[in-house]
Amino acid sequence: MDLNYLISFIYAVIVAGTPLLLATLGEIITQKAGNLNLGVEGMMYIGVASGFAVAYYTKNPIFFILAAILSGALAAFLYALLTVTLKANQTVTGLALSIFGTGFANFVGETITNTSPTRTAVLDGKLMSYFKPINIPLLSDLPILGRLLFQYNIFVYLAVLIALVTGYFLFNDIRGLNLRAVGENAAAADASGIDVFKYKYLAICFGGALSGLAGAYISVITAGGTWTANSVSGLGWISVALVIFAGWNPYKAIFGSAIFGALRVLRFYLPRQSFNLPNSLYGALPFLVTALVIIFTSIFNSKEIQQPAGCGVNYDREER
Amino acid sequence: MLKSRRIKGEPLFKIQRIEEESPTKSFIVRVLAVLAALTAGGFFLSLLGHNPLVIYQAMFKGSFGSVMSTQGTVKIVVPLVINALAVSLAFKMRFWNIGTEGQMIVGAIAASYFALFKGNWPHFLLISTMALVSIIAGGLYGLIPAYFKARFSTNETLLTLMANYIALYAVQYLKEGPWKDPGAKGFPQIARFAQNARLSMPLGVHFGWIIALLAVPLVYIYLRYSKQGYEIAVVGESEKTATYAGMSVPKVIMRTMFLSGGLAGLAGMLQASGADRTLTDTVAGGVGFTAIIVAWLANLNPAAVLLVSFLFALLEKGGGYIQSMFKISASAADVLQGIILFFVLAFEFFLRYRIIINKKGD
Repeated sequence: MDLNYLISFIYAVIVAGTPLLLATLGEIITQKAGNLNLGVEGMMYIGVASGFAVAYYTKNPIFFILAAILSGALAAFLYALLTVTLKANQTVTGLALSIFGTGFANFVGETITNTSPTRTAVLDGKLMSYFKPINIPLLSDLPILGRLLFQYNIFVYLAVLIALVTGYFLFNDIRGLNLRAVGENAAAADASGIDVFKYKYLAICFGGALSGLAGAYISVITAGGTWTANSVSGLGWISVALVIFAGWNPYKAIFGSAIFGALRVLRFYLPRQSFNLPNSLYGALPFLVTALVIIFTSIFNSKEIQQPAGCGVNYDREER
Repeated sequence: MLKSRRIKGEPLFKIQRIEEESPTKSFIVRVLAVLAALTAGGFFLSLLGHNPLVIYQAMFKGSFGSVMSTQGTVKIVVPLVINALAVSLAFKMRFWNIGTEGQMIVGAIAASYFALFKGNWPHFLLISTMALVSIIAGGLYGLIPAYFKARFSTNETLLTLMANYIALYAVQYLKEGPWKDPGAKGFPQIARFAQNARLSMPLGVHFGWIIALLAVPLVYIYLRYSKQGYEIAVVGESEKTATYAGMSVPKVIMRTMFLSGGLAGLAGMLQASGADRTLTDTVAGGVGFTAIIVAWLANLNPAAVLLVSFLFALLEKGGGYIQSMFKISASAADVLQGIILFFVLAFEFFLRYRIIINKKGD
């Protein structure tokens, strides 16, 4: 295997792992607030569809990103309203969001493609050009390093930046500490004067915004700007599992999503002659590994790395 | 005269938990939730420039307007009812089995093996074997997450979900590899079942409808009147109480999940042999997820599951009809189902809490 081959593999891994990273970071913050939102898949679909629709009709890259982020946040707000204020079951509400989001995306996609004379929908070329790999003079042209570090699309850098910022926020900022207190023991946090409801709402909406952004990524990068049915296809669920894999740590999420990115692109990079495996096996691989990860992390349950204690349980002030 | 004021920071109202459950209230809340969702959906339809009443009427006509459309609707009801019953069994225990989709697929795979390779067996023996192996396969597939949940408290939601995708890729493997139909001119698909391996069609719908009708009272009696059903309820209420009462919680979890997966597996066999007459990767086609909404809307009550399944089959079948009539995407039905579930979840708040306005001067 020569060096160029390895470099393009790493490049593909990062590109495939980025939407996972974004969604995982959002879910980490959500779970740190004590809410297990299983609606990631749905929020990503909502981001995909809203982003695509707005980009398709306005051809404006800013509106595109905003639509994806805001629609994800809005969906998460609905989840927060149901679980935090109305104290609905978190598992079922999250599932409802995933089911709804999938239907919503199909609906939007089919409506757009049905009105198009070619029965397909492709985004404006100028808009797409904003999301091409960046080109920094000198840096991008460096041998090896240029391709490895300075030739990604803009989302990749944004995702890593968000990972670093959320990591810093969680572990080094007083508000991050407060957020963790809310997730561990909402009653104690409330008693110490932390606005539990505000923290929960903000964290959940932030999670939705990042899922929406991951949806935007899928629209223009993964699906290449062409409307594709079922484009999320389980990435949201893998992200929820990645939260466990990363041990609720945004820094580790960077490596976790790279590993799962690798599983997704492996089939294109393993030499056919020596690894002649059926396509279906490669397709199943990320899900198989995720299942194994969930099982093994629960078997080797460590004391230090734990789900926030209050996760999944709604906080009821009257039950203090 | 002194006017007493609310103390600063005291909320305007407070909420209080209601301990007792009222079936009547629960029913009313659910009916209201469906009506609210239909209203919201109607509002959305009028935004798209349609008359919602015309659309809803067309949906009804498309699903129950003729003998043939009714038969089509019943065909949708069958896997939905059985899967929703499977979901109810697990959810009653607070085991979030999101994997009936995968368990259904695995059941269909097991049954298809006999349909494809033992097709010359006597019809009755063949069909009974197919049903039996589908139950066992689906049950075992449900048993895996149950074992890990019982033994290591592994997150069953994610595990059953991953199992869905793995089952789906297994079908893809079979249709592209060992079970590929050589007569399909290179197209990756599995051969159609021989007549002998297909279910009979009493009253124009495959035999599955009779199974579904039988399953409803059986699951009802099992949950309501059997010792095992009682154990499910206790484990769902509190695992601690169950242990304290001398029940083996792992045993209850695994037994129930075998039943839940087994039911879903049977639904897979009925779908493959009765409706599709072959094995495709859309054998489940999202039924496992719709079943979750159905089960929750039915408050995990088997009798209500039947009723709600009809409502949802109406939406599904009617959705296809309005697609051809009014060019409204058939996914509108899925969106509407999602909205119904949101409303149920929101309205359930009023079953569990009462709101007390803080009066001035208190």
